[in-house]
Amino acid sequence: MSLLVYTENWDGKFKKLSFELITYARKVADQLGTEVSVVSIGNVADDELLKLGSYGADKILKVEDDRLNVLINRAYSSIITQVADNINADIVLFAHNFSGKAIAPRVAVKLKAGAVTGVTNVPSSLDPFTVKKMVFTNKAYADVIVKSSKKVLTLFQNSLGVEENPKPAAIEVFTPKLDDDDFKTKVTETKKITGKVLLTDAEVVVSGGRGMKNPDNWKPLEELAEVLGAATACSRPVSDEGWRPHEEHVGQTGKIIAPNLYFALGISGAIQHLGGVSSSKHIVAVNTDKDAPIFESADYGIVGDVHKVLPELVSKIKELKASQG
Amino acid sequence: MNFEFTEEQQMIRQAARDYAERELVKDVLERDEKAEIPWKHIKALKELGFFGMMVAPEWGGGGMDTLSYVLSLEEFSKHDSATAVILSVHNSLVSWGVEKYGTQEQKEKYLRVLATGEKIGAFLLSEPEAGSDATHQRTTGEDKGDHFLINGTKNWITNAECADIYIVVVQTHPEKKHHGINALIVDKNTPGISLAPHEDKMGMRSSDTHSVMFSDVKVPKENRIGDDGFGFKFAMKALEGGRIGIAAQALGIAAGAMERAIQYSKERKAFGKFIHDHQAIAFKLADMGVKLEAARNLTYKAAWLKDNGLSYGTMSAMAKLFAADSAMEITTEAVQVYGGYGYVKEYHVERLMREAKLTQIYEGTSEIQKIVISRALLKD
Amino acid sequence: MKILVCISNVPDTTTKIRFTDNDTKFDAAGVQWIINPWDELALTRALELKEGSGGAIEKISVINVGSKDTEPTLRKALAIGADDAIRIDAEPQDAYFVASQLAEYLKANPFDIMLCGIDSSDYNGSLVGGMLSELLDLPSVSSVSKINMDGENIILNREIDGGSETLETTVPFVAIVQKGIALEPRIPSMRGIMMARKKPLEVKPAVETEALTEFAGFELPPPKAKCKMVDAENVNELVELLHNEAKVI
Repeated sequence: MSLLVYTENWDGKFKKLSFELITYARKVADQLGTEVSVVSIGNVADDELLKLGSYGADKILKVEDDRLNVLINRAYSSIITQVADNINADIVLFAHNFSGKAIAPRVAVKLKAGAVTGVTNVPSSLDPFTVKKMVFTNKAYADVIVKSSKKVLTLFQNSLGVEENPKPAAIEVFTPKLDDDDFKTKVTETKKITGKVLLTDAEVVVSGGRGMKNPDNWKPLEELAEVLGAATACSRPVSDEGWRPHEEHVGQTGKIIAPNLYFALGISGAIQHLGGVSSSKHIVAVNTDKDAPIFESADYGIVGDVHKVLPELVSKIKELKASQG
Repeated sequence: MNFEFTEEQQMIRQAARDYAERELVKDVLERDEKAEIPWKHIKALKELGFFGMMVAPEWGGGGMDTLSYVLSLEEFSKHDSATAVILSVHNSLVSWGVEKYGTQEQKEKYLRVLATGEKIGAFLLSEPEAGSDATHQRTTGEDKGDHFLINGTKNWITNAECADIYIVVVQTHPEKKHHGINALIVDKNTPGISLAPHEDKMGMRSSDTHSVMFSDVKVPKENRIGDDGFGFKFAMKALEGGRIGIAAQALGIAAGAMERAIQYSKERKAFGKFIHDHQAIAFKLADMGVKLEAARNLTYKAAWLKDNGLSYGTMSAMAKLFAADSAMEITTEAVQVYGGYGYVKEYHVERLMREAKLTQIYEGTSEIQKIVISRALLKD
Repeated sequence: MKILVCISNVPDTTTKIRFTDNDTKFDAAGVQWIINPWDELALTRALELKEGSGGAIEKISVINVGSKDTEPTLRKALAIGADDAIRIDAEPQDAYFVASQLAEYLKANPFDIMLCGIDSSDYNGSLVGGMLSELLDLPSVSSVSKINMDGENIILNREIDGGSETLETTVPFVAIVQKGIALEPRIPSMRGIMMARKKPLEVKPAVETEALTEFAGFELPPPKAKCKMVDAENVNELVELLHNEAKVI
């Protein structure tokens, strides 16, 4: 019995997401009375790797290879499976983000493990092994039983939060066997988003809909995001119209997010939109239409013109921040 | 009896619904305000094959049945009946008329382009002195041996501007009265045809309605539809089917108002509860629902009769009469459900109410339908 | 070159979700079924690629694992423009089961490019595409938001956490596609619907495979508390609520 976590790094650094994964893994490992091992792929300095110990990792296996500084699904899943076999892991845990969704299913097949994605809670039962996940795009939850002895899980971000639980983590180098076939896809260009809070990392998300009227009106929305350290997002019509890039689309067919605070500005709240955001811990809606369905899902609402409310909101929050020093 | 739609009918209805919800509704308010012809939508609907959808595949049409056509017009009209009427005239009156009664040569020349929507059709019957009363035609088509020479004015012509092919009903032999009437296929760009300005209508404002003037317009003899003197009967036959299209349109207008009223009643609160929890509104919705469903059944039945080769003239008149009158009542009640919001343009029901009115008037007023129906009932 | 698009049959995205049998089964009564939105975008892009390929792509097929009830969804895909359809006759049990069925078919009937949606709007598995590529031992590229072909060269764009990447790969491969891959799904034309009548829809028996997971039960999210309304003239009240009550700013 043992538990393996894969966490990616961003230019050699970990994020809250990584620590949340370790926190979750620690809780599950404690239920099972076993260890948490972590596999890290790509170049990460040892002091950064040791941070994972603060959240409960017992052992860190690092795999360094210059070909592995970008995600190659086949190579990554081969490495993670080799590590899992090596330490005889029964549960392999990933984040429910792009890289997790890319690798987890491949690893599951290699291990012949039942896979559950977007898990939101620690197992409610170990025998049968049962976890909860969101289904029908936030419209319901399901308890899923994994029948196989090996299990692959991906954890929905911002489900549990982060808890420190320091362990004297040991770092080991792991050398996997790789062949040329594992590198048939080649990354030729990488564009990193810089200077912006990423939507999937954000604790606060400021999102605009068709009620923003015009792509030129996004300035105050971005200003609000900046004041709050928030990410910007948008509804589907906005990305379909090309007012904002499709990466910002949150909703049923876009990104599904669960920040602590979500601002829906000029978004009417179609059922498809709510599917992507209704797990947010708090929702604030501003809309001219008092009957807009978004108010049914919001915690706080203002009926009013978003163009008038937004600048006011920015200045009041600035005042608040200033008073807090 | 079987009230189930085929898988294909459902697919066509969904295609129409998707187009209406994705595209038509986006600019319908603006087009209504500006009375603009929906060129963009005409182009898209041609590509999707809704123009000529019932024409046989051998002529390049979609080969779909009347019920599929009715379902499409219903879906379009929920959001934009002005665009639906362009389709209705093109399909029910013009394409159907040429396919049913045209010669092989006429079909080669005109039906092929109507079937794909490459050319759009208009049906020119009404005149200043009489609406859709085809027994008296002031517009003349003088027999000049190898051609007819048309003179006169046609009124309330839907598609007058956006169409390329006209079917014009003219008096060729005044002494023979309605036996001296003929229907001629006329290229709109024939010299001598001119259009009066776009009528500034109450509703269906983005469908183009004009008077059309004919001054010594030469039309070749071979463009006459059917035998000499067939024009009156032709017009009556075409209108029998046309009424199914208008019934479908009225049905869609009513359904659009009904759906919006239901939605609104679930969103709007008064005296601490949703307005549908007030019996005054709930009962209104019940009455609207019954009328809508009855109109729907009459309209689908008329289409079904036509698809099964049965006589449908009376049923289509009943469907058109009931659907149009119900559309007027249902849209009026929908405005009432919305209260003040219903009276402003943004919420659509005001527009639907204006559109409903026209369905009681064109292609035979409600009163004309009652004449048709009562005559049929009283016939021995 | 041949492209295969894997299609899931899912409830319409506006469906009100309910469960039956003591909350252990999805209540399918009155539900309208559609092509999974991501799969539909994948199909749209496949058709665009075919149309722009000058004949290099000779066929687009669609495949589904499901009962006979899912055939309307496949026929819609045919009406939109797929050339033929395959249905593997089995009730899908879990992602591994579905991927195994697809893989069995593909081992006997190989394709050059296989497209799967990144997610399905019913059980949100995000697994089948990745599992399929592993079962076939092929490269996979996931979260693909663009696919372009330049002769034999295939250029993909994928979204990563924190940016995007351009990739090149060789056929055969599996692409797991997401939003952006095509602008909007196509509406079938009358001609397409007519032609779909004659296009082949082949039914294949399922192979013996066990599911590795199962649903024990479902629940609906708890009802949301009432929204607190703040006057538009008093934005400061909102800020105070967020600060003192919700403690989120």
